[in-house]
Amino acid sequence: MAKGVWIITEQRYGTFRKITFELASTARKLADELGEDACAILLGSGIEGIAGELGKYGVDKVYVADQPIFDPYTTDAHAAAIVQLVKEHEPSILFLGASSQGKDLSAHLVGRLETGMATDCTHVKVVDGRLRAIRPMYAGKCFGEVAINAFPQMASLRPNVFPVVKSARETVIVKFDPGIGPDQLKTRILEVRKITNGKADLTEANIVVSGGRGMKGPENYAILEDLAEILGATVGASRAAVDAGWRPEADQVGQTGKVVSPNLYIACGISGATQHLAGMGTSKCIVAINKDPDAQIFTAADYGIVDDLFKVVPELTKEIKALIS
Amino acid sequence: MNIVACIKQVPNTDSTIRLKPDGSGIVETGIEWVMNPYDEFGVEEALRMKEKLGGEVTIVSLGPARAITAIRTALAMGADRAIYINDPVFDGVDAYMTATALAAVIKTIPCDIVFCGQRAIDDDSGQVGAILAALLDIPQVTVATKVDVEGNFIKVVRPVEGAELLIESPLPCVVTAHKGLNEPRFASLPGIMKARNKPVEVKDAAMLGVSMDVKAEVIGTMPPLARPPGKIISGDDIATKAKELAKLLREEAKVI
Repeated sequence: MAKGVWIITEQRYGTFRKITFELASTARKLADELGEDACAILLGSGIEGIAGELGKYGVDKVYVADQPIFDPYTTDAHAAAIVQLVKEHEPSILFLGASSQGKDLSAHLVGRLETGMATDCTHVKVVDGRLRAIRPMYAGKCFGEVAINAFPQMASLRPNVFPVVKSARETVIVKFDPGIGPDQLKTRILEVRKITNGKADLTEANIVVSGGRGMKGPENYAILEDLAEILGATVGASRAAVDAGWRPEADQVGQTGKVVSPNLYIACGISGATQHLAGMGTSKCIVAINKDPDAQIFTAADYGIVDDLFKVVPELTKEIKALIS
Repeated sequence: MNIVACIKQVPNTDSTIRLKPDGSGIVETGIEWVMNPYDEFGVEEALRMKEKLGGEVTIVSLGPARAITAIRTALAMGADRAIYINDPVFDGVDAYMTATALAAVIKTIPCDIVFCGQRAIDDDSGQVGAILAALLDIPQVTVATKVDVEGNFIKVVRPVEGAELLIESPLPCVVTAHKGLNEPRFASLPGIMKARNKPVEVKDAAMLGVSMDVKAEVIGTMPPLARPPGKIISGDDIATKAKELAKLLREEAKVI
């Protein structure tokens, strides 16, 4: 009988990514409700030393394969190792992050494990011993409650949504060797081009400052960069700004761009089309600065200033600088 | 090159989504249906590949009766033929079942590369391409912004958090298309005329030999939680408003 709440951890360069702690904390909560264990799988090279950290977030047992074959991440190597473990231990629930890696891996595992998954969930719970996952659909215009009628019941969790909860626990570390050879890797990573602007990726940023059509041109983003600098934020853009060629596609927040869920989202000169709201609607605090009082963005905002952003933003930068320094 | 592009018909991004009162799904009337934008990048890339290397582009789509218009659009863009999985048993099925049906079709045709959108903008599930790769037992490269064929291999650029990866995969493989891959063409009038005579083969579950095996079920839908109404910050001048906002962010929202 399937038992246990399992997570696939995510690390880069030997450091856990925040989503891992969100996954671990969520697994702990559900494992307690079910009276089962929370277990983790850690794959990588030179990462054995960090396995113990997972105890701080409630993980009972970590399966670790510390081998060069797992670095950098490939779908083939990771999936092969995970499929082995999952088939052997038959967890009831399996969580991954809805990150780039997690999305690539989780959907592949659905095929290999012949099960079902709820993607990019914003809430998970246990009902009658089974997983129920709540997830946005139609770009957040509605939410669906998903039940999985196969094992493991899989869900990928939207980064930055689930709380990180500390819990002092001694983690049992179990080393394993999945015996995967280079001939089993079909795809090869030829090159990793790091984007080194020193900023967090939009999907991982705690604060996002975004500009839309109201920015009027690419040169005006400097005032947003200044505000972002003070806040340690990452700058995003609406589809209108990207389509106009003012900002790169990687900066787009929305239904056909990135989904972000920061603690603070500051929308400047963004009208708030549904397509944009889809990408930032689960942000914890939303600020809108727009001179049009009827702009739809104000319906989503916690705080709004109806005025000229070219005057408000520099002033806000000044005030925040004074406040936090 | 034998190229397959999988497409899905979805409500366009501006559509108002209304839920059926019993929570069983959305009200379909009044919605403008379009080809999923990410699938369109896949179709465009398939056509460019064919134009460069020769071969044939086959559209494979699973959907209800209305989906034929999205298939006709893809044919009008320049695809050669289509296989249309149309059977009421597939209405509203999950990603696993969808991929199972697509795989049953793709297994029967010569195929060097399969394009899918990286996700469909209706259920936002983003699973079908990767499940399809697993079921066909061929490699996957997901969320591609650049694809080049070199002999029996492709090189794909895939953006991830804080980096861009250059990935090589042998053919055949599944590639899921992301925004930035290309700028899809519009169907021309002659293209639309020609599409009328292009072959569309219709298949049902029995013809595919697949049995129903749905793993994930949406057991209810609900509207988004309404956010409490926000505060519009008033003040005599911009400096006052900015100061008030900074204070609220610090003391009330505690986010800075």
